[in-house]
Amino acid sequence: MSFPKVRVPYLLLLPGFAFLFTFFILPIINLAQTSTQTPVAGGDTGEYEQTLAFGNYIQAFVENKEQFGRSFLYASLATIFALAIAYPLAYAIAFKSGKFKNILLVLVVAPFFTSFLLRTIAWKQILGEEGFVVPGLRSLNIIGEQTTLTSTSIAVVAGMTYNFLPFMTLPLYASLERIDPRTIEAAGDLYANGITAFRRVTVPLSLPGVVAGTLLTFIPAAGDYVNAAILGSPNTKMIGNVIESRYFKIVDYPTAAALSFTLMAAILILVTLYIRKAGTEELV
Amino acid sequence: MSQKIKDASIPTIPVKARFSRWFGRNLLRIYMIFGFTYLFIPVAYTFVFSFNDSGKSNLIWKGFTLSNWQNPCGAPEVCNALGNSIKIGLLATIFSTILGTMIAFAIGRYKFKGRSSSNLLIFLPMATPEIVLGASLLSLFLVFKINPGFWPTVVAHVVFCISFVVVTVKARIASLDPRLEQAAMDLYANELETFRRVTLPLVAPGIAGAALLAFSLSFDDFIITNFNSGTLITFPKFVYVSAARGIPAQANVIGSAMFFLALAIVIASQLAKRKKTR
Repeated sequence: MSFPKVRVPYLLLLPGFAFLFTFFILPIINLAQTSTQTPVAGGDTGEYEQTLAFGNYIQAFVENKEQFGRSFLYASLATIFALAIAYPLAYAIAFKSGKFKNILLVLVVAPFFTSFLLRTIAWKQILGEEGFVVPGLRSLNIIGEQTTLTSTSIAVVAGMTYNFLPFMTLPLYASLERIDPRTIEAAGDLYANGITAFRRVTVPLSLPGVVAGTLLTFIPAAGDYVNAAILGSPNTKMIGNVIESRYFKIVDYPTAAALSFTLMAAILILVTLYIRKAGTEELV
Repeated sequence: MSQKIKDASIPTIPVKARFSRWFGRNLLRIYMIFGFTYLFIPVAYTFVFSFNDSGKSNLIWKGFTLSNWQNPCGAPEVCNALGNSIKIGLLATIFSTILGTMIAFAIGRYKFKGRSSSNLLIFLPMATPEIVLGASLLSLFLVFKINPGFWPTVVAHVVFCISFVVVTVKARIASLDPRLEQAAMDLYANELETFRRVTLPLVAPGIAGAALLAFSLSFDDFIITNFNSGTLITFPKFVYVSAARGIPAQANVIGSAMFFLALAIVIASQLAKRKKTR
């Protein structure tokens, strides 16, 4: 090739990075600019000018701190539940499934080919008044006549747990599958019983998968609004619901931008702290 | 004879202990059955209700019919929405796979200044919540007076698909045996020939997997699409909008058909892989 070799990686990066710069970095910068604007005096709805109103952030946060708290609470709960459900599942597929390994792995991902909205709405109907779960539990006297399962925070967290489960299972499986079974046998040879070997060998070796899985679950869950919109009620609104309605219903771009920016910053800080703490940098 | 010995040994272990031993040994298997049941409940529900003779609102079981499957476009808008989703998905897949594969080769194959910040730029879109990606892009389009619609949606999908393509292809490149390329060079292949005849075919399954992932991400995306598509209806948007009035059974037909189609593709590729390794 005629051009010097040093340039090859840069030439390969150029189109993709130009694209990401234009449609990812620039929008984020623009979002930051929008977030400090205020309405034009006497202008139309949706007309804003730059006044460096950093007070937008404080106002947006104070007005919506409940929804912020809920977003992080629900996302944390969904992440913990997904980890609790996915770890044994990934473990069983990695170590106990023999020749069915690949089929089972496909089956983990398979439900996610049905549109995720259809599945969420299916949950709503299954858990709803017309579904079979509520009448069943009622006839067994487990729940009272008035109790419902939909439109509660439990339904929202359950929906998020379900929807993000494969993002947890796949990285867990990948790191568990990579463990050399001889390391676990060695622990046994050194008189560790099954539980000790699991705790001291398997779990630490699967940590990169745990970190990747929890991040891939937590990040989309914190910004999600679909589960809350379909399975929740006005009392379970998350920050995503607020941003969405600020954009589309109220046309309040600055507040929506300030909220988006705060959400992104909060997530980035949490993620950085978490990666530091977990001590794995090989994620990226 | 051996039957007798076996029979004789059983009564020495109490039934309860035998059960708990069996339970302990099969705990993970039992757990797997529950886990997969949980995963498949809504899929099964969607599939069953695709046969519902429901009329307009598909909430309550009213009787079995095949007419939804015979006429999947029967509900207004549903096939239009599906067509848009497929078009957007294909375009987003093509662009993001090309751009992402190039980036993956640069990062996976070369040591250069700025490599770690390149990694960061790839990681950032994945660490950004969808709603922020969607909202920020919409703001940019509004500033430049570009109306949301088909192409803005394609652009938005490429943004979030690129990172996943890079990560998938990079993993494949990292798992390559460097000796294969060295061997090609030893056999007097120049760099371009080595790339075309050795490296690229070896990385191809990774690229195919990345493309499949990109398509499914794009096809199923709702949040970013909702922000950037304006009045254009995609399949997830159709489902979301009609959820309030009740989703027509035709949407269940399309969801179920997508499920079986994707399953068939994945199983076929697994079988092909197995044949090759044999």
